[in-house]
Amino acid sequence: MGNFSEQSYRSNRQSFTDTGNVQDLLSHWSDRGFQGLTFVAALITAAVPFWMSALIFQQAQPAIAKFGLSFLWTQDWNVDQNIFGALPYIYGTLVSSAIALVIALPIGVAVAIITSEDVFPSWLQSPIAVVVELIAAIPSVIVGLWGRFILIPALAPLQEFLFGHFKWLPIFNTQPFGPSMLMAGIVLAIMILPTIAAISREVLRAISQDLRNGAFALGSTQWETIWHITLPAAASGIFGGASLALGRALGETMAVTMVIGNVTGIDVSLLSPGNTIPALLANQFSEATDPVHIGALMYLALVLFLVTLTVNALAVVMVRFLTRHA
Amino acid sequence: MSQLFDPLPLPKRIFNAALSAIAFSLAALALVPLFAMLWSIFTKGMPHLTGDVFTQLPAPAGMKDIVNGFANAVIGTLLMVAIGSGISLPLGILTAIFLSEFGKKTAFAEVMRFLISILSAAPSIVVGVFAYGVIVLPLKGFSAFAGGFALSIIMLPIVSLATEEALKLVPNSQRLASAALGAGLARTTSRVVLARAFPSILTTALLAIARAAGETAPLIFTALFSQNWLESVMGPSASLSVLIFNYANSPFIEQNNLAWAAAVILVGMVLFTNLLSRFVIRKRLQAW
Amino acid sequence: MSMSLSPQQSSVRSTSLEESLTPVLRVRDLSCFYGRTKALEAVSMEIYEGKVTAIIGPSGCGKSTFLKTLNRIGEMESNLRIQGKIELFGKDIYDRKVNLNLVRRLVGMIFQQPNPFAMSIFDNVVYGVRAFSRPRESELNRIVETSLKSAALWDEVKDNLDGSGLDLSGGQQQRLCIARALAVSPKVLLMDEPCSALDPIATMKIESLIRELQKKLTIVIVTHNMQQAARVSDYTAFFSADENRIGQLVEFDQTAQMFMEASQQNTRDYVAGRFG
Repeated sequence: MGNFSEQSYRSNRQSFTDTGNVQDLLSHWSDRGFQGLTFVAALITAAVPFWMSALIFQQAQPAIAKFGLSFLWTQDWNVDQNIFGALPYIYGTLVSSAIALVIALPIGVAVAIITSEDVFPSWLQSPIAVVVELIAAIPSVIVGLWGRFILIPALAPLQEFLFGHFKWLPIFNTQPFGPSMLMAGIVLAIMILPTIAAISREVLRAISQDLRNGAFALGSTQWETIWHITLPAAASGIFGGASLALGRALGETMAVTMVIGNVTGIDVSLLSPGNTIPALLANQFSEATDPVHIGALMYLALVLFLVTLTVNALAVVMVRFLTRHA
Repeated sequence: MSQLFDPLPLPKRIFNAALSAIAFSLAALALVPLFAMLWSIFTKGMPHLTGDVFTQLPAPAGMKDIVNGFANAVIGTLLMVAIGSGISLPLGILTAIFLSEFGKKTAFAEVMRFLISILSAAPSIVVGVFAYGVIVLPLKGFSAFAGGFALSIIMLPIVSLATEEALKLVPNSQRLASAALGAGLARTTSRVVLARAFPSILTTALLAIARAAGETAPLIFTALFSQNWLESVMGPSASLSVLIFNYANSPFIEQNNLAWAAAVILVGMVLFTNLLSRFVIRKRLQAW
Repeated sequence: MSMSLSPQQSSVRSTSLEESLTPVLRVRDLSCFYGRTKALEAVSMEIYEGKVTAIIGPSGCGKSTFLKTLNRIGEMESNLRIQGKIELFGKDIYDRKVNLNLVRRLVGMIFQQPNPFAMSIFDNVVYGVRAFSRPRESELNRIVETSLKSAALWDEVKDNLDGSGLDLSGGQQQRLCIARALAVSPKVLLMDEPCSALDPIATMKIESLIRELQKKLTIVIVTHNMQQAARVSDYTAFFSADENRIGQLVEFDQTAQMFMEASQQNTRDYVAGRFG
């Protein structure tokens, strides 16, 4: 390498805009091309939700044209006569998800407390969290298999007990025979538990330690602090997590269809079998041939998509907003 | 100051004890399902997990004393997951690169992220309906390709969002160092950023693959099922997950047993990838 | 300019007397903004060829920002925007049609924290070379050897070129980064507090390296350490923030001049360690 000279300085007086170096040109264009490629990929990915809703909406047209919005509150589902009403499925979807939420919320929050507050040695906290989170990894069809062959027989005494002692309550007034709305709710509760536990844990951890210390300094015990200070502060975030879990429960298919009995009809009793939108889609789509029948199923899928989207979008906004301001 | 050693007042003690008891028992209850499931799958599935299941076709329903297996379902699952990965991995990783390296915090990129999170929230059965409308209806036939396409839509948001997180973890100093040497964006991203994030991208891909392999709802009415060997990508195909669903609903005990055996394979694979990603690869990343 | 640039400060003075100093970089009326916040105002100065220019000043005076405008790396890191003009060999590097990659190759940079890539020592050194050419293996080997020798690292790593760059010590990593930067034959080397993460011995090695490198290229070094500035530099620029926290160039002169009889009271106070 040489030292400086006036000559070397002059030779450096080149333009940076056109170096005449082929590699530089290539690099310039490959940068442009690369950026363009990633942009197109991102556009395609982001367009899929639109494509999905547009396609389902379009395929649902035969049913939308025939039944209109009354599809949502009529009860008949008759494939032979091409008469379709979605109410029993909407009812079943909402009720099974509601049962799931009622069961999973307290358990999930308890797990979150145990795995985030200092009521438990920390070396035990993360294994517990992992065990609960791993439930989410089990394929839904396997949860269903387990529910059908293990859980339903195991909980038969519970269903009998509820019927035997509480049949004066409308929600327990039918003879249980295994698959039921209650079983679907319990299986769903197991499946959404990881979501509630994980998000509640995040929210609790995001709460400033100062808040807790303030309560301790005033003489509160650990549980008083959790009950009166921490949980109220986390309430809205936990609520967001519960909404996210609800969105998951509403769309859950395999596990539900394997334990709910797939009987169409609206029965207030939770011990009687029922049906949900996803379960119906899973069972009828492969055999549907009539355009109106396919349209009605598409219509149901559209309703399900819109409802889960709304619930999820609200939940995402809530969780984001709250973890940012916690 | 002997009060310092006084016990808490009774109501306080009851309150503490009650809440502790409730929280601990609820949390203990939460631990039951996973272990119960693993125990049942293991005890009910292992006895039927013979070498035959990987080499033989399913026996016709009700026939006893015939070799029984689900080799066609293993092949079907592998094929459809491969199709799903072939579409979603490149698309998802490129999407993640755009979001993390170019889009960053612009409003445009935020809208894209929102749309992708919407996609990740779409119920898997709706994704199945979508694939049915896109491929099965126009081509008038159930096919392994339709199943693979449905799986790719399931994997796409997982891969995109998780890869973006992985790319964001690459220290910015690495990008600056590369740029300061006169390397262009393409080179910086591929040789430095992607190379550095490779272990976590690999983990992401494995998790997405494990998730797709267990998916059933998107396959029931896209790939359908088949008792026979796979003939064509454009024909219907068996898969482990749909086999579990169909055979769990079967009145024949041999088919139920086969479902449990298939469950061992699926759960084993899913848990293996999850634990691997949790412990091994995360440790390696921390060491960096 | 003469062939025999001695690293001694006394000789710097004498060269400057006979002098035909050639500016490599010419900064004219430069102001920098982060979003709408002004960080630096109206800086004009020249970086002379073959000299080491030190940039000193208290924290938040914009000296690092200034450095990062010289190879346009600042805009990559944040929403940095500039007004004014920076010319490299008489060409505006903020021209819309400029080849950014070439600018950054001509103006190399060493960062505060050593930042080797997670690849072998060899690959680290040839990374920049491969970005704009496809040299033969023998040529690459030659580049690696000369670069590592110039960075005074060759003897320590020559038997382990396939080892990871991340396994080196902090000081070695920083010298690897210097070798990596030298491999693309830059004309100017920007150093952003290159020793702030290093121990005294590693710092000493880098400092003597700077004197050595000066024979081949122009160096601009930002430093917190005034002794370091005095030891290694020929020219010193003193930056300071005004009451609105906007950085300004207070004084620019030969280093000896600055440290002995700076014209501004502010500079004298800072150099004497009375603030900053």
